[in-house]
Amino acid sequence: MPDAICVEGLAKRYGTLRAVDGVSFTVPEGRVFAFLGPNGAGKTTTVEILEGLRNRSAGSVQVLGLDPWKDGPELHEQIGVIPQEFRFFDKIHPREAVVYYARLFGSTVDPLAILRRVYLEKKADARFDTLSGGQKQKLGLALSLVNNPRVLFLDEPTTGLDPQARRGIWEVIRALRAEGRTVFLTTHYLEEASLLADQVAIIHRGQIISSGTPEQIIAAHGRPDRLRFEAGPEVARYLSGKLPFAVTNEPPYVDVELRRKQDALQVLTVLEASQLGWDHLSVARDTLEDVFVRLVGRMDDGVIKSEAS
Amino acid sequence: MKLRRIAADLPIVSRQFTRNPIGLFFSLVFPIILIGLFGLIFQNTGNNSVNLPVLLLDHSNESSSFLDALNATGLVNVQIWNNVSASEFSSKLYAAEAPVGLVIPPGFGAGVAAHTSINVTLYTDPGNPAASGTVYAAVNSAVTQLNFRAAGAHPVIGVHALTVGSKSFAYIDYLIPGLIGFAILTSPMFSMVELVSTYRKDGFFRQLSLTPLTRAEWLSSRILWYIGLTLVSAALMLLVGIEGFGAKVNIPLAMLPFLFVGPFLFVSLGMLAGSVAKSPETAAVIGNVVTFPMMFLSGTFFPTSTFSPPLLAIAKVLPLYYVIDGLNSVMLFGNSTRALTDFGIVLVISVVIFLAAIVTFKWREE
Ligand SMILES: Nc1ncnc2c1ncn2[C@@H]1O[C@H](COP(=O)(O)OP(=O)(O)O)[C@@H](O)[C@H]1O
Ligand SMILES: [Mg+2]
Repeated sequence: MPDAICVEGLAKRYGTLRAVDGVSFTVPEGRVFAFLGPNGAGKTTTVEILEGLRNRSAGSVQVLGLDPWKDGPELHEQIGVIPQEFRFFDKIHPREAVVYYARLFGSTVDPLAILRRVYLEKKADARFDTLSGGQKQKLGLALSLVNNPRVLFLDEPTTGLDPQARRGIWEVIRALRAEGRTVFLTTHYLEEASLLADQVAIIHRGQIISSGTPEQIIAAHGRPDRLRFEAGPEVARYLSGKLPFAVTNEPPYVDVELRRKQDALQVLTVLEASQLGWDHLSVARDTLEDVFVRLVGRMDDGVIKSEAS
Repeated sequence: MKLRRIAADLPIVSRQFTRNPIGLFFSLVFPIILIGLFGLIFQNTGNNSVNLPVLLLDHSNESSSFLDALNATGLVNVQIWNNVSASEFSSKLYAAEAPVGLVIPPGFGAGVAAHTSINVTLYTDPGNPAASGTVYAAVNSAVTQLNFRAAGAHPVIGVHALTVGSKSFAYIDYLIPGLIGFAILTSPMFSMVELVSTYRKDGFFRQLSLTPLTRAEWLSSRILWYIGLTLVSAALMLLVGIEGFGAKVNIPLAMLPFLFVGPFLFVSLGMLAGSVAKSPETAAVIGNVVTFPMMFLSGTFFPTSTFSPPLLAIAKVLPLYYVIDGLNSVMLFGNSTRALTDFGIVLVISVVIFLAAIVTFKWREE
């Protein structure tokens, strides 16, 4: 499958600040690619360079085989964009906005049909400034679809939305993927990246610190699966004396790291022989979130807690 | 430039405008209010005649023909005061804030008939030299006329007085082209400066840059909108000025070039002012600095013919001066040569500013 987006050694400096610092990745056509990172990581800078809204300081960028900065007008015919914090003219209605975009692009679309695709047809004739945050983002999605784009760039499309509105946007993104469109998504929600994306790149301070499918990232940076049960510290002490596995005790849990699935049997046998009390057996597995927090936290403690919200 | 995209942008411009009562007020209603206001303030000075209280102590044919001669000068408006004695006339004038007054003494008619010398008394207020001068001239002229008649002679040299520009104009007549110019300036300038700076801050231009709409098309649709708006507001102002205040102006087709090129100029200038500023706050300051001198010094409220030479020199640097001068030329004086020169000047300035605005105005940043 050809690559829709191809980025090699991309860098962007603002004065002395290296907002994007040597980033490389490719996005195959028809896939959802999530750029995951805390605030200030360089997501918007990267995505705007891909859209041709900003020039780069170094590196090469191709979107659908075009240079976004030089070939802007040609590229814009084929891409759809929702900028971060999408806004439209306060007094204009969604239906009018879609008609406006359609006329600008010279495309013939049924405005109501487009609004229906993003679940906004009920608000077709409401002023933009009366829409909720989620409805505004949906209009952004509708407008980005007017020219039937091959690639969509969505910069934090669900930031600040309530969970239900967020799910609505996710549904639309899934539908876009099903239609064979490429979606480049930035987010600081790990759940969003793991639920939607075929590929994820974690960006931090302008650099990609990990990339691949969510499973690959977890496999590469996550801890092994752990057998977990509720028990006291005496159980943890007993097990670490008897077993060759790492045992941790974060009350009320005792976790035993497994090297192989079969190790679980050995752990349970030893535990049963101990005659000590325990409860609630489960297997704990790292999520993208655990990996993200550990990876980013390792680079600078505290950044995630204070900036990601 | 594609007409299709300008046509797509125009309905957005018009809806944003018509759904905004403040913009509508300032573009359409405010100029009318100004016409009403200035029209009322200057209504009485329109024909330049001064009210002249007269104490008439002689009721004869001679005294009434003297008063007729006074009225016929067109300079004064005779008002006979009754029930006032000669001794209290001066203090009554003062109390009524009348700057002038005339006493026709008893025996005036008999004196004239008998060819004996007789004086009328004229009170004037040195604090109001304009009214005093006018009335003195009127009384003098009436006196001269009667003297000639008494001597059985007739004047050899007459003066045929006309207002500059070959016709007599009232203040309201100058006010109409002036305020049309005012509307041409202020309505696009203020809204474009604000619009450009806030659109940039809110990222609308970056968003539009992702569509096929070009900057020149975006600017053109606004220019077209303001041309339409100017035509409507000029029509309203003419209607109110002529019907409400008896303005005597022509409405020639030659007005149209100015109603087209004016909005072209000031939409572009507003865009330029809004583009060079980094924030909406500085944009507002720049907009005001550019707009305010033009608002007062281009012949909007006061005809530039009343300006001192240094002030006139300043006025001639301001582009609005040529718009208003052109409108005056076609609406009042019928001077098409002068109007053509004015139009040429405005057109050149407009094209330069339009191009400068397009170059300065960036959708996207480096
Ligand atoms: N136009 C700009 N000028 C200067 N610094 C900028 C500009 N845009 C972004 N930055 C800085 O670059 C860094 C990355 O910003 P951004 O790409 O917006 O991050 P993100 O979208 O991941 O939150 C931040 O430190 C931000 O302050
Ligand atoms: Mg961002």
